[in-house]
Amino acid sequence: MIIKSLDPRITRAGIDDESKDGIQQPMDQWHTYEVFQQKKRGTHHVHVGSLHAPDAELAVLFAKEQYARRGQCVNLWVVKTSDVFTTEYEDEDIFATTPEKKYREPEVYKVMDRIQAYKAKQNT
Amino acid sequence: MYGNAYVENTGNQNSLTAGEDPVKLAEFEARIAAGEKIEPQDWMPKEYRRQLIRMIEQHAHSEIIGSLPEGTWITRAPGFRRKLALMAKVQDEVGHAQLLYSACETLGKSREDMINDLINGKSKYSNIFNYPAVTWADSAVIAWLVDAGAIINQLTNSKGSYGPYCRALDRICAEESFHLKYGHDNVVFLATGTPKQRQMVQEALHRWWPPLMHFFGPSDKISQHTETLMKWKVKMASNDDMRQQFLDMYVPKIWDLGLTVPDPNLKKNESTGKWEYTEPDWEEFKRVINGDGPCNKERLAVRRMAEEKGRWVRNAILKKDAQYVAPLA
Ligand SMILES: [Fe+2]
Ligand SMILES: [Fe+2]
Repeated sequence: MIIKSLDPRITRAGIDDESKDGIQQPMDQWHTYEVFQQKKRGTHHVHVGSLHAPDAELAVLFAKEQYARRGQCVNLWVVKTSDVFTTEYEDEDIFATTPEKKYREPEVYKVMDRIQAYKAKQNT
Repeated sequence: MYGNAYVENTGNQNSLTAGEDPVKLAEFEARIAAGEKIEPQDWMPKEYRRQLIRMIEQHAHSEIIGSLPEGTWITRAPGFRRKLALMAKVQDEVGHAQLLYSACETLGKSREDMINDLINGKSKYSNIFNYPAVTWADSAVIAWLVDAGAIINQLTNSKGSYGPYCRALDRICAEESFHLKYGHDNVVFLATGTPKQRQMVQEALHRWWPPLMHFFGPSDKISQHTETLMKWKVKMASNDDMRQQFLDMYVPKIWDLGLTVPDPNLKKNESTGKWEYTEPDWEEFKRVINGDGPCNKERLAVRRMAEEKGRWVRNAILKKDAQYVAPLA
């Protein structure tokens, strides 16, 4: 049966409600891109999400609509998801700062203590 | 029933964790209890994944189908400013669907499969969108009160445990405040206008009240199943709690405008602090969600047509050697 709607545009479209068309084939929605947004010049690009697009140029267009419709944005990057190489959460421990690497932290360098001790000794 | 975990009557109420590795399960549950988010690459119970896929997918479909009743009024919105605002809102809703489809894909279901399950009627979407927006006032009531319900649901779910869903919801909630203000503005404009405008908005409110009371779904059955979903932070609040929150926030605002809702029993019990109301007609709810509502056929037919008529465009720019990879996060 042809759909009769409150919306004149839908009635005019003459849609058959028994139609079985419209079924998606694999890749009908294209592949995925990851989107990075820079809010202000001078700040980092930050991952904001992903989207589907057939190529990078359209991915930028869709990213603008999807992620930069409001608020600040001065620049966008898109990267094919398949090109992103990631670490595994399982290996999270590789990032742990171990106690023996304290020499990399600024607060372990206590020059003032030494200077004060030296001055105290001079004055006696 | 928006992005809502709900319990299936599978008969086997205790099986959510059946067959799972007890050590991994304990680690997983400890991580959630500590407030950590689960990411797509993490180990997760099969049922956690399955329940989330169903919930997020249903939420995505609700956004996309939800834009149809309001879309009805784009061409006939009174005045150019309202037409622009309504178009922006509808675009937001379709954008919400995109964000949610991506979040759901990280769990392993492709967007094509989700769209197919929608147009085949296999996946559900929020029942409220099976009702028609008969007048412009209906579209105003939808933008105010259906979005109000959606915000309560989405804010609640955004505290859940699955990272990609929470992040999508944070973005969505930020946009919803415009929808709510826009809707309230339209309702107030009509309610403070001519007698005819007031009557229009009053009638629309009466039409939308029963589906609004259905919006959060029937009372949850207390079961081990629900408890597990709550422990996993898939389900964040009971349907009744969200309904109470909605009534508490919006009934006073409705009454303040001198408008009424079609339930003589609706009142706040001052001693319990809870709202009392006539039990919604859950038989109607079931009937409509199973396909027999005023607009079910039209909603799916329009969605199917959009896929069918858009196919040549998608095909024209399709890269033949492209390979699908699920979104990262
Ligand atoms: Fe939305
Ligand atoms: Fe909305």
